[in-house]
Amino acid sequence: MSSDNTENLGSGPDLTYQAHLNKKELFLPKCLVCNEFHFYPRVVCPHCGSFDLEWQALSGRGEVYSTTVIRRKPERGGNYNVCLVTLKEGPRMMSRIDGIPAEDVKIGDKVTASIINNDGECHVIFSPSQEA
Amino acid sequence: MAHDLRGSSAVVGVGLAGCGEAHGKLPLDILAEATHNALDDAGLKLSDVDGIFTGSSYHFMPGLSTAEYLGIKPRFTDTTMVGGSSFVAHTLNAAMALKTGLCDVALVCYGSNQRTAGGKLATMSEQQIYEVPYKPRYPISSYALAAARHMHEYGTTREQMADVAVAARQWAKLNPSAFARDDLSREDVLNSRMISDPLSLLDCCLVTDGGGAVIMVPSERAKDFPNKPIYLLGTGTAQWHRQITQMPDLTTTAALDSGKRAFAMAGLTKDDVDVVELYDAFTINTILFLEDLGFCAKGEGGAFVADGNIAPGGGLPVNTNGGGLSCVHPGMYGIFILIEAIQQLRGDCGERQIADSEVALVNGNGGVLSSQVTSILGTEAVL
Ligand SMILES: [Zn+2]
Repeated sequence: MSSDNTENLGSGPDLTYQAHLNKKELFLPKCLVCNEFHFYPRVVCPHCGSFDLEWQALSGRGEVYSTTVIRRKPERGGNYNVCLVTLKEGPRMMSRIDGIPAEDVKIGDKVTASIINNDGECHVIFSPSQEA
Repeated sequence: MAHDLRGSSAVVGVGLAGCGEAHGKLPLDILAEATHNALDDAGLKLSDVDGIFTGSSYHFMPGLSTAEYLGIKPRFTDTTMVGGSSFVAHTLNAAMALKTGLCDVALVCYGSNQRTAGGKLATMSEQQIYEVPYKPRYPISSYALAAARHMHEYGTTREQMADVAVAARQWAKLNPSAFARDDLSREDVLNSRMISDPLSLLDCCLVTDGGGAVIMVPSERAKDFPNKPIYLLGTGTAQWHRQITQMPDLTTTAALDSGKRAFAMAGLTKDDVDVVELYDAFTINTILFLEDLGFCAKGEGGAFVADGNIAPGGGLPVNTNGGGLSCVHPGMYGIFILIEAIQQLRGDCGERQIADSEVALVNGNGGVLSSQVTSILGTEAVL
């Protein structure tokens, strides 16, 4: 099913990733040999070296692996969060947690992905998961 | 059986230049002055140099620009670029080139005017396209994420990290050429402006100008020069990632591998090491590297650095020039830890001299905890 989706989305992994984001979908390449997802998207599995990959959807569930507050003067937009989120399926990505103050983001927090459109470019951000 | 490269080359000259502020100078001016000082130190002339090992954030083809500026036509050039660890990596490549006769006199050199040119980190780095949308501040946010994770997993505290900065300052106060020599307390560090939690301003290295040069020759010739030769006993390199997002475990660096490789080549262990010079771009670095190099167990680095244990008079002398935190840090710091180690082994360090130093360990860091390069140097006594 994923191959139908991706065929007309451009050929490179970055384009494919972005095209999915543009449709509000979080897809990543999954290795058909070792069954691991990886991020950022490549043409080769960095876990085992296989080139046999398939784009698959992720749950969007993850956990904050580490977090920092970047201090910025209020007149320049104020403090903001930068964090690393480990997705339930394994890969880790940089992102930020929206919906709570930057200072309140804690390592181990359960978070859920959403896709935002920022000046025409789509990015994955996270917010605290509702259920425990 | 000893590794073929163990002790096969020796450092016979070192030079520094422009450390602190070098008003009006370009990076290659500073590099050339450091080279001049190193050649003088070794009793050599520029025309003797036939191997160039260099790296730069200013020159896309630094080997070409450096040789052209110096007016030499090297037989061998190496510009391995692994960030601030490059110059430590160059010692291994220089040892290989000297051992195989590809060159006879190797010059490892660096120069930067980062401070007087405006303090911005010069970079030809490509954008990290999967990180940039979230506006991390480079490089500090990456180190902050590692520090936060280390605190979370091992209970490391900001006070312990502050003690790294305080120890560095105490060494700097013994070094007349260090840039920052004012009193510094743990409270000063804790109360300095937060930049990227948990790292505050005084958890971060200096921004200075500066250049350094190291002259290496085959060991058979090492005694033809005026200084006590310092032998390269082993170098190990390791790299596990480029961007912080890809670092497998933010509490363990590739120094775990580079250290083992360097010790194996040198045929020594950490108990043989008299003095330690680590790339302390941020206070967390010192903690991580002491753990990964085996000076303490994983997770115990915070306790190890606390209360003056790595300061003058402590259990292990670490970053005896004052480090990147208090001595000098012009963008890529690797050459300066190398030079401090060599000067300690030569016994040239005045008030900060570690008595009877025979073995020094240097650990260069590049990227965002990405490249780790460990070198072990020693005097003739351990050859
Ligand atoms: Zn695989």
